[in-house]
Amino acid sequence: MSFSARIRADFPILRRTVEGRPLVYFDNAATSQRPEQVVEMQQRLCREHNANIHRAVHTLSYEATEAYEAGRKAAQRFLNAASPDEIVMTSGATMSINLVANCLAWGGFIGRGDAILLSEAEHHSNIVPWQMVCQRIGAHMEVVPVQAGAEDNTGSVDMEAYRAALRRGVKMVAITHVSNILGAVNPVAEMVAEAHALGIPVLIDGAQGIVHRRVDVQALDCDFYVFSGHKIYAPTGIGVLYGKREWLEKLPPFMGGGDMVGRVSFEGTTYADIPLKFEAGTANFVAGACLAPALEYASRVAANPQAAEHEKALVAAMNRALASVDGIFVAAADAPDRVPLWSFTIEGVHPLDAAMLMDKMGVALRSGHMCAEPIVDRIGGGSMLRASLMPYNTAEEVEIFERALQRTVKILRK
Amino acid sequence: MKTIEEVQKDIVEEFAVFDEWLDKYEYLIDLGRDIALIDEADKTDANLIDGCQSRVWLISSRDAEGRLHFKADSDAIITKGIISLLIRVFEGQLPKDILSADLHFIDEIGLRENLSPTRAGGLAAMIKRIRAIAAASEEG
Repeated sequence: MSFSARIRADFPILRRTVEGRPLVYFDNAATSQRPEQVVEMQQRLCREHNANIHRAVHTLSYEATEAYEAGRKAAQRFLNAASPDEIVMTSGATMSINLVANCLAWGGFIGRGDAILLSEAEHHSNIVPWQMVCQRIGAHMEVVPVQAGAEDNTGSVDMEAYRAALRRGVKMVAITHVSNILGAVNPVAEMVAEAHALGIPVLIDGAQGIVHRRVDVQALDCDFYVFSGHKIYAPTGIGVLYGKREWLEKLPPFMGGGDMVGRVSFEGTTYADIPLKFEAGTANFVAGACLAPALEYASRVAANPQAAEHEKALVAAMNRALASVDGIFVAAADAPDRVPLWSFTIEGVHPLDAAMLMDKMGVALRSGHMCAEPIVDRIGGGSMLRASLMPYNTAEEVEIFERALQRTVKILRK
Repeated sequence: MKTIEEVQKDIVEEFAVFDEWLDKYEYLIDLGRDIALIDEADKTDANLIDGCQSRVWLISSRDAEGRLHFKADSDAIITKGIISLLIRVFEGQLPKDILSADLHFIDEIGLRENLSPTRAGGLAAMIKRIRAIAAASEEG
């Protein structure tokens, strides 16, 4: 059995059909599918261990707490964080970024007149939270261009512009590891080092990056790294905020409620230590527990020597498939390092029409602005198609995709 | 002139001959190509129905008898085909009949999925806009 066939066997959903054809699921950047191991954990929690965590002394509560904390430890290992205290469980990357943006403002770490550096290719989740905070406190965003488009199409953040912006003076850098439109890997280690040389903290949006690249937050030395569970085999509703201990300790809490407190009285409240200080209310402990099998699964796949080879083969096959269509523009086509994710437009073909026809042929693609309007407006005229693959995708599926795409273009251009 | 119900029946009958999804979509694409376009000057924000993935412009007029007439355009061709069906159903009808119409043909010709909010062709938004125009026209 081939590498991808073995992995595929773990994903019950990949056996289903759409419109009578085998499903070709190429919308993984929106959400990945879940292996049996994760589905099983989710069910086991509900069937056998359902009780609120961190509170009661009874057996079920103890078991649920253990399972949830195992999820945190799995995230710590996966990111190679120094301590599980540095892993805040959130609802997803979006909440993680909102938490950091708001707590930095409340703590007075960013304020009136300050600038937050972002790239042009950020997801809305790494634009809007900063924009909202900036509007509230009188700060502004400094947007660095990416090299994507007809002329220079490597998809990387323009490092000259980045350095210039750092030198002009920004208070915070919030940058994506891999853009969900471009698929190109940003030189984040270099970006962190250059920001730190000027004493500027860095948050990395790892929603796409964590799925396809190993991340070691200690080596990377970033101040914050965020990701969502559901893009990497876990259920929806759970995400991670890694923060350096010193930052998490000095930031004020985000939301108030149960579980985040030390002592509460009407005169005043003391807060729990990190990370619980940031985890008000009943956590999504079922999804949190599922982080363990999900991230262990991701580690196991990545550790397989065939994984990198398989990804390379998929990337080459997809590049060939896309190049076979005339009048196609592929974002970041010249990326020196890309994850298996491509956004593209085709002359004379509206992305929505194409996505609808492709769906009828069993191929699930994304279309539209894909929650990154600024970059899609500039390079894609407001709407693009996107194919994003995981290790369980196969070369045969790329062939089906290629035939379906050619047929779609023929129908729509007629 | 046919009633809304009669036009819906006609459409359902026309679509009944298609066994294959492809034939159905090719027919929609042809309908989209034949749609009476609107002038560039009328493609204003006020006439824009913002589905999130395709843009649809819709303009209407009312004749002496109080009947409504519609023209539309979109940047996506399948969306155009779908809206041409909607316009065919409502063209020349009285506002009160538009407001009380039961739109069952969408379901019956197998385009129900296009009503879902993620199908940002925005069929649901188009229907809402046509109803709003009819309601405003009844009051006015």
